[in-house]
Amino acid sequence: MRKVKPWLYLLPAILFLAAFMVYPLIDVFIYSFEEGYNSASQTFKGVGLYNYMYVLRDPYFIQALKNTFILVIITVPLSTFIGLLIALGLNSIKKFKDLFQTIFFLPYVTNTLAVGLVFMILFKKTPYSEGLVNMLINMFGGSSIDFIDGPYWAKMFVLCFYTVWIVLPFKILILTSALASVDENLYKAAKIDGTSKWRTFTRITLPMISPMIFYLIITGFIGAFKAYSDAVAIFGTDLNAAGMNTIVGYIYDMLYGNGGGYPSYASAAALILFAVVLTITCINLTISGSGRNDK
Amino acid sequence: MKIVLDHLTKVYPSSTKGNPDVTAVNDFCFEIPDGKLIGLLGPSGCGKSTTLNLISGLETATSGKIWFGDDDVTRVPPENRGVGLVFQSYALYPHMTARQNIMFPLENFKGSEKLSKEEMRAKADEAARLVQIEPYMERKPSQMSGGQQQRVAIARALVKLPRVLLLDEPLSNLDARLRLQTREEIRRIQQETNLTTIFVTHDQEEAMSISDMIVVMKNGIIQQIGKPQDVYDSPANLFVGNFLGTPPMNVFKGRVENGAIVIGNERILEIEGPENQEVYVGIRPEGYLLDEKGTFHCTKKQVEIMGRDTSIVFTHPDQVSESLRAIITLDNRDEIPSTVCFKLKPNKVEIFRADTEERIDYKVREA
Amino acid sequence: MNSTDYAIIEKKAKRNEKIRKVITYILLVFWSIIVLFPFYWMILTSIKSYGTYNAEYTPKFFTLSPTLQNYADAFTQVPLARYFGNTLIFAIITTAAMLAVIVLAAFAFARLDFKGRNPLFSFFLSLMMIPNELVIITNFVTITNLGLRNTFTGLILPSITSIFYIYLLKENFEQIPDELYKAAKVDGTSDIKYLFKVMIPICQPTIVTIAILKVIECWNSYVWPRLITDDENYFLVSNGIQAIRENGFGRENIPAMMAAVVVISVPLIILFLIFHKKIMAGVSRGGTKG
Repeated sequence: MRKVKPWLYLLPAILFLAAFMVYPLIDVFIYSFEEGYNSASQTFKGVGLYNYMYVLRDPYFIQALKNTFILVIITVPLSTFIGLLIALGLNSIKKFKDLFQTIFFLPYVTNTLAVGLVFMILFKKTPYSEGLVNMLINMFGGSSIDFIDGPYWAKMFVLCFYTVWIVLPFKILILTSALASVDENLYKAAKIDGTSKWRTFTRITLPMISPMIFYLIITGFIGAFKAYSDAVAIFGTDLNAAGMNTIVGYIYDMLYGNGGGYPSYASAAALILFAVVLTITCINLTISGSGRNDK
Repeated sequence: MKIVLDHLTKVYPSSTKGNPDVTAVNDFCFEIPDGKLIGLLGPSGCGKSTTLNLISGLETATSGKIWFGDDDVTRVPPENRGVGLVFQSYALYPHMTARQNIMFPLENFKGSEKLSKEEMRAKADEAARLVQIEPYMERKPSQMSGGQQQRVAIARALVKLPRVLLLDEPLSNLDARLRLQTREEIRRIQQETNLTTIFVTHDQEEAMSISDMIVVMKNGIIQQIGKPQDVYDSPANLFVGNFLGTPPMNVFKGRVENGAIVIGNERILEIEGPENQEVYVGIRPEGYLLDEKGTFHCTKKQVEIMGRDTSIVFTHPDQVSESLRAIITLDNRDEIPSTVCFKLKPNKVEIFRADTEERIDYKVREA
Repeated sequence: MNSTDYAIIEKKAKRNEKIRKVITYILLVFWSIIVLFPFYWMILTSIKSYGTYNAEYTPKFFTLSPTLQNYADAFTQVPLARYFGNTLIFAIITTAAMLAVIVLAAFAFARLDFKGRNPLFSFFLSLMMIPNELVIITNFVTITNLGLRNTFTGLILPSITSIFYIYLLKENFEQIPDELYKAAKVDGTSDIKYLFKVMIPICQPTIVTIAILKVIECWNSYVWPRLITDDENYFLVSNGIQAIRENGFGRENIPAMMAAVVVISVPLIILFLIFHKKIMAGVSRGGTKG
């Protein structure tokens, strides 16, 4: 009885994980190698790499890959940098600090789809209304652009802007607490020695919080590669038509919806995504590891 | 470098409305002679760390002046004062090696003072030699013991050749064995460099053992300044008497009556000088002698034999101290009776005014 | 240098400090506006009437004739109340079920001794690295094959375990001193009683934090509900808002859409304002978005 009891406590967790985590993990590999899978009859013609070849040749996938990479490359450094700037600001003030912190965290608890709709309206230009952002552009002498149905760069701008808006709360929070945990005496010691503000920042503050920055960059990369619902929120569910699809969006489209019913293609795409994320994470870890050894 | 603190005062405005402001350092006047080791001593919250921060420049005085030699440094920012400060927690930069830590202050030099890499290395090596940590120069703080970190911190404070060395509770983070060793070390470094050195401590033994002079503080006010032995032998008031010495002084309620110190109704010491008045009587533990003809009767509670000395814990109806303890040298192993008779060594007995708690001078009347 | 030089230096330093402070506050206020503006805009738009909104070619920053008509429309013309109710049921059941599962598992890992405990826990942790996108495909097929599409069961089942929360709770449980457990054993307390009478009350703050974070996660979940429901009767708020956007009020009734957005956003914002310390502390302990 004593031996069985611990497993009874663990039983529900193990059952759910086995059914919805471990089994699917194995299954996704199998799917990805089954060629010509038919979801209605649940049969397949052969085993091979065809699904991967198909996905990699699919222009929609290439577009999604390109979109995702641009999004990652722009938003991860930008959001980390802005987050650091705001966290430094927050750390240097006393008055209204709590108020600012609470405000900055607000996007974290909002429904991505709902607020995305607001962003869409702010940026959209229609025959009846030029939208708020275009009004501001006009005020500064620019000409209106439709950010939602217009040129590619404008659409990418909105997506990046919204993504940064959504991910910043987490980064600000982590960086603020990282900055606050640096021993105050280190700054006093530096001050006694006449260290300039900039040198204090680069030689003491940055190295002290660098583990947290690396953590944010790694989780930022992983998160940005999985971007999807922010894009849906702004451009609607038909992302391929908008030319704004992401890798995850491509996976879901393959699985379900208008172009859906191809779990094999979806699996292959998901595994490609996983490989990309894993590679980038490993590169990141290597860089941060060697960076720390140098110092 | 001679340091003069002239009516130095630091007031912290109260954080919540309605509460009174806090005066951490109150009208501090004190001259520190050149090349001496000074211990700032007091219970926690007495303002000794604030005093140190005022001297270092990390905090600015509310009023009063600070002089380094002939320079008025009251409003001078810390980096221009030429002080070396060793923090209680050492505040070593954890991501740098000992060498990088020690070289860090030198890298801040600008203009004509700027040093080449070789000069910096040479200076760092010299500082490391002084505190004897050369073998550990390439280690990071986390790979060093507390004592080694302490030395690196001192080296970092010394490397830029400060005019004054300040140490904040330098021994409190070390274990007992290292503490003894490190305090000798601090004494040696101070004597080798001949720097005016001020250190803060709440441990009276630490302050007494290595200081040239100690400053006893309470609630932001200086209680007494002097050589350790002088302060111990003639404390300015009851607080200082109580604060110095382990085990602490035994304090009783008593009075001066017709040329004698009286506790209860026993004349324990014949004196001349003071007028009749209520007093506190303080007797050092080593001031007791077992003597059947002694006039001071107490009730034995327990006897602790500690090798050479014997410690008698006793009680007395007029005691003010929570516990009373006499340390005596017993020649024979005789049973100590339940009522002990003490004779007192006159120079170990102090009397303090009952109202102001200031010490009253007296002369012993020879019998 | 004499003291007047230092007075000048000090003055300069003070001025620089002041400038730095002003710049800092400008930066913080600027970002606050960017964060808050969308909320202001959705509330503002939601109280503009349909006619007023469409008449404004250049949008106005205020309205002189606020109306609550849009809110009435949001509840009558589209099944917003139903989306709302569905999400509430989904969030409560999922959170409650998950708490039961993870409390038991964390207890076993933290307090019970059994063969293979550490390898199993390491295996759990390694599963944390598996992205949801990888397993969602099979889960979709599984739920479809089980005929659980458009049911609450289908919605809830895959989100009932969270390895991360098991880990968080296990760490918290382990901080309770061993002596308490031994004392309870000596008194003849059963494991399950010890768990409910001692461990859960002591770790209540962590459990509450986990529950709040899970509710937020449920309230915002979009991908899985979208895959698993195409019957409006089972839509959650995220899917509901997407449906409203695509064919709700007729495409251009933006004020009514915004009213729906406000209704959907308000519960979480209230939850956040009440528990903001707890939520932020919980998230900074290692949570990530989504």
